[in-house]
Amino acid sequence: MSKTYAEINEKIASGKAVVLTAEEVINYVDRRGLEAAAKEVDVVTTATFGPMCSSGCFLNFGHSKPKMRISEAWINDVAAYCGIAAVDVYLGATQLRHNDPANMYHPGEFLYGGGHVIEDLVAGKKLQLFGLSYGTDDYPRREVRTMFDINDLNQAIMVNPRNCYQNYNVAVNVSDKRIYTYLGILRAKMRNMTYCSAGQLAPLLNDPFYETIGIGTSVWLAGARGHVYAEGTQHCSLAERGDNGVPVEGAGTLALTGNMKEMLPEFVRGASFKGYGVSLALGVGVPIPILNPQILQRTTVRDRDITACVIDYSADYPEKTGKVLAQVSYEALRSGEVELMGKKIPVTSLSSYHKALKICNLLKSEIQDGRFLLSEPMQRLPLNQGMKSMNITGSVR
Amino acid sequence: MITKKIYLYFPKSETEKPIVYHLVKDYDLIVNIFRAKVTPEEEGYLSLEVTGTQENIDQAFAFLTTFDVVVHAGNKGVHWDESRCVHCCACVVHCPTGALSIIDRPTRAVAFNEEGCVECLACIAACPFGACSSTI
Repeated sequence: MSKTYAEINEKIASGKAVVLTAEEVINYVDRRGLEAAAKEVDVVTTATFGPMCSSGCFLNFGHSKPKMRISEAWINDVAAYCGIAAVDVYLGATQLRHNDPANMYHPGEFLYGGGHVIEDLVAGKKLQLFGLSYGTDDYPRREVRTMFDINDLNQAIMVNPRNCYQNYNVAVNVSDKRIYTYLGILRAKMRNMTYCSAGQLAPLLNDPFYETIGIGTSVWLAGARGHVYAEGTQHCSLAERGDNGVPVEGAGTLALTGNMKEMLPEFVRGASFKGYGVSLALGVGVPIPILNPQILQRTTVRDRDITACVIDYSADYPEKTGKVLAQVSYEALRSGEVELMGKKIPVTSLSSYHKALKICNLLKSEIQDGRFLLSEPMQRLPLNQGMKSMNITGSVR
Repeated sequence: MITKKIYLYFPKSETEKPIVYHLVKDYDLIVNIFRAKVTPEEEGYLSLEVTGTQENIDQAFAFLTTFDVVVHAGNKGVHWDESRCVHCCACVVHCPTGALSIIDRPTRAVAFNEEGCVECLACIAACPFGACSSTI
C-alpha cells in the first residue's frame, strides 16, 4: 500500500483528505491498526514553537529621492547588516540594541533586540529606520531617518538557517551558583531542569530519517506559506539514535524561509533571556504525507519513546566535555519532575507545547479546507553527515 | 479568621502616618508585607496581606478610608498579560507559591492566580516574553 504526493494533493484539493495531528495519530493507529490507518490517513501535522536564535530577515526599503546606498543602518536602534545591495538590509534575531549594556551589570536584561524588531514588524507597528552612507555619484544621499511599517517595504523575507532542531539538550546546573543560559535561569545544585522541544509533536522527531521533509517541502511558518530551502546549519544526521531511529541528541535541522507579510503576530515573538541575550520564538508547522505504513508508523512516536540528554550547563556544556549526565524521556520531562542522581528536580520547558498543539490544529484545518497543498521535496536532507568542531590554529599574537 | 490581600497607594500627604501600626494595634490584624516603598515627602505604596476576623477587617477597611490612601483589594502589584504568554512554562518553577501554574496538563496551558501571588517578582526575570510585569 502506498500513496503519491499527487494522490494526496488531489484529496486535499477536493476537501476529502483525512488529516490528524501528531498527537491524535497515536491513538488512531493504536485503534485501527497500522495497515488500515495507513490507507485512511493522508496527512499528519507536526509543529513546534520555541526560541530559534538563527532567525533573521531580509528587508527592502525601496529608493528615496535622491537615492542612497545605505552602508550602516539601525531599526529601532538595533543594527542591521548592510553589506548587500543599496536598500536591502539583513536583521538578525540576536542583535542587541545599540548601547545595551549587555552583561556589563550581570545578569543583563536584554529587553529589546533583533527578535523584538521582527515581532514589531510582523505586528504592523511603526519602526524607525536610521541609515548612514558615505555617498557616491549615483547614490548621493548620506543620511536617512524615517518611520516605516511592514507595508512600506517591498519585501520582508524571513530566513532561518537553523530551525526545528530534531531534538535538543536538557539543561541542569550542577554548580553551587545560579547561571543564566539560553535554556533559561538554572538554579544552583540542580534545583531545576529545562528542555526545549515539542517532543511527540516536533516535525523531525516524526520523520526521523527525513523521508518526507526535505529541500522544497512546504511548511507553515508562523502562518505564512514557507518552505525548506536547505539543510539547516549544524545538520548532523549521524547523531546517536535510539532503537526506533529517533535521535537522542540535536541531530537534523532545517533551513526555512517565508514571507513575513503573511505571518501571524501570535507566532512571531521576541524573547529576552536574562543574562544571555535576545532571540526570536517562532511557530512552525510541517505536514507529513502518509505515503506508506512505515512513514505512518514513525509519526506515532510518543513522548515516552523519545529521549534527550541531560547536560550540565555550568561546566560540561561551556567546556565542551561531551559528558551526558543521563538520558530522560519527554514523558518524564513533561510530567514536571525528573529524578536525577537521587534528587527530584522540577522541570519546565522553553518550548511551548500549548502553541505547538495549536499550530498542529491550524495546519490541520488549512489542509482539510484545501488551502494547503503538500510539495514533494526536490532533494533529500543528508543522512550521513557529521558535525565538525572548530580547530583553533595559528599563533596568538 | 479570613485573609485579604490589599494594595495601598500613598500620596505625598499621607506618607508620614503609621497606618500599619494601627492595623496591628487597633484591629488585631496579622500583617504580612510583600512589598513596600513609603518614603516621607514622596508618594509610595504598600502591598500586604492581612489576616483577622471579618469584623476587624471590615473596621480596618473603614479606618483606611479616613486617610487619603487609595485601597485596592486583591493583587495589584504583579500583572500577567495573557496575550503575551506563550505557555512555555519557564516561569512555573520559579514561582514559589504556585500562583503561576500549569492548569491543563494535556495542553500545558499556564494561568496566573492573583490570590496566590506574593510579589516576589521571580517570574519577571524568568519570562523571556515579558508576560509578567510589575505595575508598581
